[in-house]
Amino acid sequence: MSEQAIKVEGLTKRFGDFTAVDTISFQVEKGEIFGFLGANGAGKTTAMRMLIGLSKPTEGQGFVAGFDINTQAEKIKKNIGYMSQKFSLYNDLTVKENIRFYGGIYGLSKSRISEKTEDILAELRLFEVAKKPVRELPLGWKQRLSFAISMVHDPDIVFLDEPTGGVDPHVRRQFWETIYQQANAGRTIFVTTHYMDEAEYCNRVSIMVDGKIAALDTPDQLKKQFNSKSMDEVFLKLARNV
Amino acid sequence: MFKVFRAFVTKEMYHILRDKRTLLILFGMPIAQILIFGYAVTNEFKDAYLDIYDQANDQMSKELVQHLQSSGHFKVNRMIQSEKELEDGFKAGTTKLAVVIPYGFSSELSNGNAVTVQLLADGSDPNNANTLVQYASTIINGFQQERLHQTDNPYQVEVEMRMLYNPQLASAHNFVPGTIALILLIISAMMTSLTIAKEKEIGTMEILLVSPLPPLLIILGKVTPYALLSFINAILILLIGYFIFDVPIKGNILVLLGVCFLYVVTALALGTLISTASKTQQDAMMRSLMGLMMPSMLLSGFIFPLSSMPKVLQVLGSIIPATYFIEILKGIMLRGVGAHLVIWEILILVGMTIFLLGMTFKNFKIRLE
Repeated sequence: MSEQAIKVEGLTKRFGDFTAVDTISFQVEKGEIFGFLGANGAGKTTAMRMLIGLSKPTEGQGFVAGFDINTQAEKIKKNIGYMSQKFSLYNDLTVKENIRFYGGIYGLSKSRISEKTEDILAELRLFEVAKKPVRELPLGWKQRLSFAISMVHDPDIVFLDEPTGGVDPHVRRQFWETIYQQANAGRTIFVTTHYMDEAEYCNRVSIMVDGKIAALDTPDQLKKQFNSKSMDEVFLKLARNV
Repeated sequence: MFKVFRAFVTKEMYHILRDKRTLLILFGMPIAQILIFGYAVTNEFKDAYLDIYDQANDQMSKELVQHLQSSGHFKVNRMIQSEKELEDGFKAGTTKLAVVIPYGFSSELSNGNAVTVQLLADGSDPNNANTLVQYASTIINGFQQERLHQTDNPYQVEVEMRMLYNPQLASAHNFVPGTIALILLIISAMMTSLTIAKEKEIGTMEILLVSPLPPLLIILGKVTPYALLSFINAILILLIGYFIFDVPIKGNILVLLGVCFLYVVTALALGTLISTASKTQQDAMMRSLMGLMMPSMLLSGFIFPLSSMPKVLQVLGSIIPATYFIEILKGIMLRGVGAHLVIWEILILVGMTIFLLGMTFKNFKIRLE
């Protein structure tokens, strides 16, 4: 079971009469960039919340980083990183203090935290603004810092919930370069997005419609299967079918 | 685990120290409030202005006027000459209290006849009017007794009043315990509910919940700095009360601090409970203002005595923690009683705290689902 980073069988979440996630099953390989797509309200966020231990499934099984999502949520939390669509750093804390805080709550040692701080500052070339409050950074920098901080404890899997919302195309390109770097280093990336061009960057893509996974394959295969030129078209065809 | 906790508290201290608004509420407000309550909102008065319409204008009436002035409570504003002038003064609002001494004051009095001195007060400000009239009649009674002593009537019964525990009836003695109760509530309950709601609002709460931090640690980390600061504030108010307003601390200081600590925990539980129900800071603010501040100020016996309220409000007042806390504070500070005499109030407060903590914990768990 530890071959896959994520393995889900018949995962279901109901709120009263409403079934938000309807018996979905899929697997994500280690080091894979897995795109998790779907229209608003299709159940993406609910499914993801179950994977990261914020919500308990009504039915079904799942393993994330080798731990059971039904019983071992606390262990999962130690082994995953998470970056939400809302900007999630503290604006009134400096770049360094943010890194120190998140390192601290993941229980990193002091020396490990300073090491990590140096690494992140060097990688993002943020030395000059290290002592500035995060509030003063441009959005693109904040987003990349946020991503780096979500991996401060070297997790096996990183969950990114619409990480590039509201960022210009140039920064989005940069952002995806870092995602690739991380995937090449063996880290699994689980990403939701609204941008269909970004879907093309993923190794495999799943598209959720009304709580179910309507399609799951590589972008090229999906385009062939739905006889489309772009992921955009695939997405529209799937959405129209329902 | 302690290291993680320290990282959290450090972060929380940065938030507090870097936000001028928070700092102002934390330290400016308590000082301003105690000074305002101590100096401005007071039921006592000195040198109130008094108008006198002396129709008699004889020996005795002049002595009475003299007597009123020498009491230290009144200063004669004007000597009025006509009823028209009297009416004009009240209409213009310059006259708050007028004393009308009737014709033939001296002669009637020395003949042993009943004389009526009229007191006219501006009733549009009832509290003030009441106090003024009470003071003035006491002084006039005193004057009368003095005169009667000189003539005859050896069987006069004199009433001598003595106010226990607060001999000068100083308002600050009442306001200091009340202010401590309010300030601790504002800081512990309102500020914690705000800071937790803020994390939800900016989205960092989600990140914290995805991290391996146990929820209890998140709450404790948020609450600890505020508990500490509230405590410092309580001590600050006690010091201001003691040195500036001469409010005594007659009882055991350790018991006093212990009760303050208990009340801080109560307030923190309330604050966390509010934050579990509110999604935004504004929401949390409204809930704490309407649900906590208003009732605690009006129904705890801090400003208006509970015993003179309708039954419904008395019942409401009795479920407010501040009611008991103020009672305990007054007991320990002003009357100097030991813990055993306020044990009933303390037990109620402990019970409320346990109940609130239970509710908070339950709600926090539900929210995680």
